[in-house]
Amino acid sequence: MIYNIEFETLPREALEAIQLRRLQAVVERAYAMVPFYRQKFQKTGITPADIKTLKDLRHLPFTTKQDLRDNYPFGMFAVPMDNVVRIHASSGTTGQPTVVGYTARDITTWSELMARALAAGGAARGDIIHNAYGYGLFTGGLGIHYGAERLGASVIPISGGNTKRQILIMKDFGPTILTCTPSYALHLAEVAQEAGVDFKDLRFKAGIFGAEPWSERMRQEIERKLHLSAVDIYGLSEVIGPGVSVECREAKKGLHVFEDHFIPEVINPETGEALPYGETGELVFTSITKEAFPVIRYRTRDISALNPEPCICGRTHVRMNRISGRTDDMLIIRGVNVFPSQIESVLMEIEEVEPHYQLIVDREGNLDTLTVLVEVGEHAFSDEVRILQDLEKKITKNIKELLGVSAKVKLVEPKTIARSEGKAQRVIDKRKF
Amino acid sequence: MRVEQISVFLENKAGRLAEVTRILAEANVNIRALSLADTSDFGILRLIVNDNNVAKEALMKNGFTVGKTDVVAVEVEDRPGGLHKILDSLFKANVNVEYMYAFVQQSGSNAVIIFRFDNLEEAVRVLQANGVTVVEAEKLYSI
Repeated sequence: MIYNIEFETLPREALEAIQLRRLQAVVERAYAMVPFYRQKFQKTGITPADIKTLKDLRHLPFTTKQDLRDNYPFGMFAVPMDNVVRIHASSGTTGQPTVVGYTARDITTWSELMARALAAGGAARGDIIHNAYGYGLFTGGLGIHYGAERLGASVIPISGGNTKRQILIMKDFGPTILTCTPSYALHLAEVAQEAGVDFKDLRFKAGIFGAEPWSERMRQEIERKLHLSAVDIYGLSEVIGPGVSVECREAKKGLHVFEDHFIPEVINPETGEALPYGETGELVFTSITKEAFPVIRYRTRDISALNPEPCICGRTHVRMNRISGRTDDMLIIRGVNVFPSQIESVLMEIEEVEPHYQLIVDREGNLDTLTVLVEVGEHAFSDEVRILQDLEKKITKNIKELLGVSAKVKLVEPKTIARSEGKAQRVIDKRKF
Repeated sequence: MRVEQISVFLENKAGRLAEVTRILAEANVNIRALSLADTSDFGILRLIVNDNNVAKEALMKNGFTVGKTDVVAVEVEDRPGGLHKILDSLFKANVNVEYMYAFVQQSGSNAVIIFRFDNLEEAVRVLQANGVTVVEAEKLYSI
């Protein structure tokens, strides 16, 4: 079902006319209200009046995660705090989160986009949505929640964790739509099976899964094990949260970007040059309707390509391919963003540990696992087992506290971690997407 | 009263122990006693050898993490209750044993056991007050 038939099926020309008008408005607002944008534009000799066509977007400077960090916490807000009704944050590379804000109208926009996304995946008024995305600073839980209510569905705000109870509620409440990370969906299937519950006997018909990269093979596995139709949803808090783009259940071939609210570009990550449709590069978004936290040409570090071909579902919005990787070293582990440098800073804070470490990411069963290998030097070593085990526990606890992800810490002998050309290989990702 | 012990960090994987014994053999170091404490991931090899400095240097040169700890070598009567008498006196004096292991050879008709205490001085005092023979380092190496 198409939630907003008017806007989601706009002819290209009309869509681009709306985009241009909204782009001009957002550039003007960002220039007037956010010192960061004004200074950056002035440095490149650009004023809002120079944006005469959509192509002129390419003359604007990029915004990076570092820029957001430099303006921590509220420096990028384009409205007074009086008008900000919600604050979310995502993890950053140094433990400092990226903070985003929403006005009441932003929340309305976001709810509408999430209603569209849920509808594209097969949800409608009358459905019961089992929302197992985490609630909190993370945009996943509340983003889906507001969209579900907007759609007129009944939402179960179960959040993440306590899987056994989730199974019980699935049995008793009979939800028809599942929303969570794809790896958690498979974990649910596993736990259900252990509890003697068959998804065949539950009422699920569709699932909207995202917040981490997954593969076509994984979709098939989810659809087979959970007896539902699975679509991919994409978003990032810097742009709005979930609901930037979504697959339609009709085609399941690429994610429609809600182009009346976001202008997507794909660029060469090395040169910054904008690439034509079909070519693979780094995804860049400009949010053209956001009030509190507009982003101009935000570099996502996600790798994808845009596909303008008409879709059988009737939506005219361009599709982006599944995310195939990252241009930086960020890892997504069970939906949590993890940078190797964050692990390093945890280790650096423990006096006896030297920063010789390696991260091994794997998928056991259906859940991502993170193993941190730490070399034991003279300072950390003890002849007593207990002291070394306490060290393992301390590192595990500190990682959990700072990053919110459970890691297994494994002490290894010095020089175990291969050093190639003087630089250690910090991450081994054994997962197959 | 104290004996120096070296300890080596070992990952729990095939061939690591053999690597240590190879290095010590090549360095002409004689192992007098040893114990291996292990978890599922790693192990700690504790050794009493005839030359600590040579052993430590050889192991470190080969990339091992090596520590040194003071332990106590105690003569234990080789008859039922011999060890119990010692442990009981330590327990009553509130001295904790972190770990212990047996020495390879006997001292006369007595067994020798290596103890690691949380409080070495207090332990030695208690042992001597209870008439237990604590073996001197020099004597230990020549057993």
